[in-house]
Amino acid sequence: MFLTMEHLNKTYPGGKVAVEDFNLEIEKGEFVCFIGTSGSGKTTTMRMINRMLSQTSGTIKLNGEDISQIDPVKLRRQIGYVIQNIGLMPHMTIRDNITLVPRLLKWSQDKMNERAKEMIKLVELPEDYLDRYPSQLSGGQQQRIGVVRALAANQDLVLMDEPFGALDPITREALQDLVKDLQERLGKTFVFVTHDMDEALKLSTRIVVMDGGDIIQVDTPDGILRHPANEFVENLIGKDRLIQARPSITTVGQVMLKNPIATTPGKSLTVALRQMHDKRVDSLLVTDEAGILKGVIGIEDVDYNFNSATSVGDIMKRDIFYVQSSSLIRDTVERILKRGLKNIPVVDENHRLVGIVTRATLVDIVYDALWGDEDEDEASNNIHHGEDDAPAEGGEQ
Amino acid sequence: MITFLQNYGGQLLLKTWQHLYISAFSLFLGVIVAVPIGILLTRAKPIANTVMAIASMLQTIPAMALLALMIPFFGIGAIPAIVALFIYSLLPILRNTYLGMKDVEPALIDAAKGMGLTNWQSIIKVEVPMAAPVIMAGIRLSATYVIAWAALASYIGAGGLGDFIFNGLNLYRTDLILGGSIPVIILALIVDWLLGKLEAAVTPKTTQS
Repeated sequence: MFLTMEHLNKTYPGGKVAVEDFNLEIEKGEFVCFIGTSGSGKTTTMRMINRMLSQTSGTIKLNGEDISQIDPVKLRRQIGYVIQNIGLMPHMTIRDNITLVPRLLKWSQDKMNERAKEMIKLVELPEDYLDRYPSQLSGGQQQRIGVVRALAANQDLVLMDEPFGALDPITREALQDLVKDLQERLGKTFVFVTHDMDEALKLSTRIVVMDGGDIIQVDTPDGILRHPANEFVENLIGKDRLIQARPSITTVGQVMLKNPIATTPGKSLTVALRQMHDKRVDSLLVTDEAGILKGVIGIEDVDYNFNSATSVGDIMKRDIFYVQSSSLIRDTVERILKRGLKNIPVVDENHRLVGIVTRATLVDIVYDALWGDEDEDEASNNIHHGEDDAPAEGGEQ
Repeated sequence: MITFLQNYGGQLLLKTWQHLYISAFSLFLGVIVAVPIGILLTRAKPIANTVMAIASMLQTIPAMALLALMIPFFGIGAIPAIVALFIYSLLPILRNTYLGMKDVEPALIDAAKGMGLTNWQSIIKVEVPMAAPVIMAGIRLSATYVIAWAALASYIGAGGLGDFIFNGLNLYRTDLILGGSIPVIILALIVDWLLGKLEAAVTPKTTQS
């Protein structure tokens, strides 16, 4: 394990508990975001990793080595550090800022020049910026330098404390892309403190949600969106984001119409036709007695074969598309749209018919994604609307 | 004016030299003592206020009394004058050094520490350069004080331009009083101007020329 934190506790003098029994293992190349409200202990925890703060109890191991046994100055020189206020030295040129740690490590002048050029290329700034001073750069450019300064001495681990909090949204997004790219391309490990859920969802391979010094949830961005551990996490994610994320995380089972109109292979066409007429639908799903999906018949099949065939089983189409109720809506939507299907039967893991997804269901999903449940009244209207529509949806079958 | 220079020209040069010598030596001592103490105080904040209070207290001793107080310890002449003026020069330098260092943006110090600068490297490479203009302002202020008060040093036999002034007072000779005072003023202005140049030189560049 690259970075291991075990039973970390931090109590400030006066008894304020900042972090309580924090346990986390981080693998090389991960992008881990600590997210939480202020006072959640996220920054405190991060600052213990490079011994800017010392824990009251517990151990942190970097590459298996207990960091309390490493000289803090030496330790910090091998860990990148980026802070919100950028912290470029205003009296040093960009070149000197970038090569600050290499100079401490006594690299040769040539090697440092080389590295400075390499680094400024990495953040796509012109080389003549190396001789400028930080005040001559925009905030976004400065923080770009702040980011590569943390990498200039080949640090494998980079700690970032809300590094983009003070930047405008467009610049912030560009820098997020930059660090994500650095993580993916250079295999650097990032521990990133933020209070911005969008940022955490975009960058992380794993998110650590903290509150009051405790870990509330550790999961992938998808996992957090799909299964928020509690109301706190839900609030942190925000209603809007949960709704927007719905198409990508909702399963077919959650949106399908239950009790689809179905018949069995043994039924006669007359019975089937009557059922279609009664239920105002143009097709019937066919299941056996155990509810296992067998096929489908449409009104055109009944019409065409009414005289020659006798039972549903004779004329049903056996080769049909269906989806598992546990599969994601995202994929289903694509299948329906691509194949021009009017609907897709939904089965459970035992291949039993449990529901149906129709094009009207898709309308609901898109509608929800766009307007969500804006307020309670509208939300309940939506439900009524859905119920009223049910026969009509059936009608497309 | 011309006759004054004819009569006292040689003496004037000598006294000016003595004056400058006493002032420069006290200021030099003040700088090498007060700047390091000011820097150390930022690393020992609990005692900073106590030290500042002591320095302020020393400043309140009347100049004449302080000079007289030196006689039992150092006798008369240049040495007690230098010691007394050194004590006066401490406070402005100490206070500006401490405040200048304390006002360095905490983010810079945090970044420096977080990147692995030692405490000493942080002071030398980051904090002192950033605080340099404020420290220099303190030194300039002290320099002006010291040059002005060095005129009083003649009272304990240290020489300097004060000799003219005291003689003028004793003899009711306005020309001697002016002949002592005006060079003191000119000296103070020139030194301040020179230190201003020095201040500009030690203020770190933050933009390309």
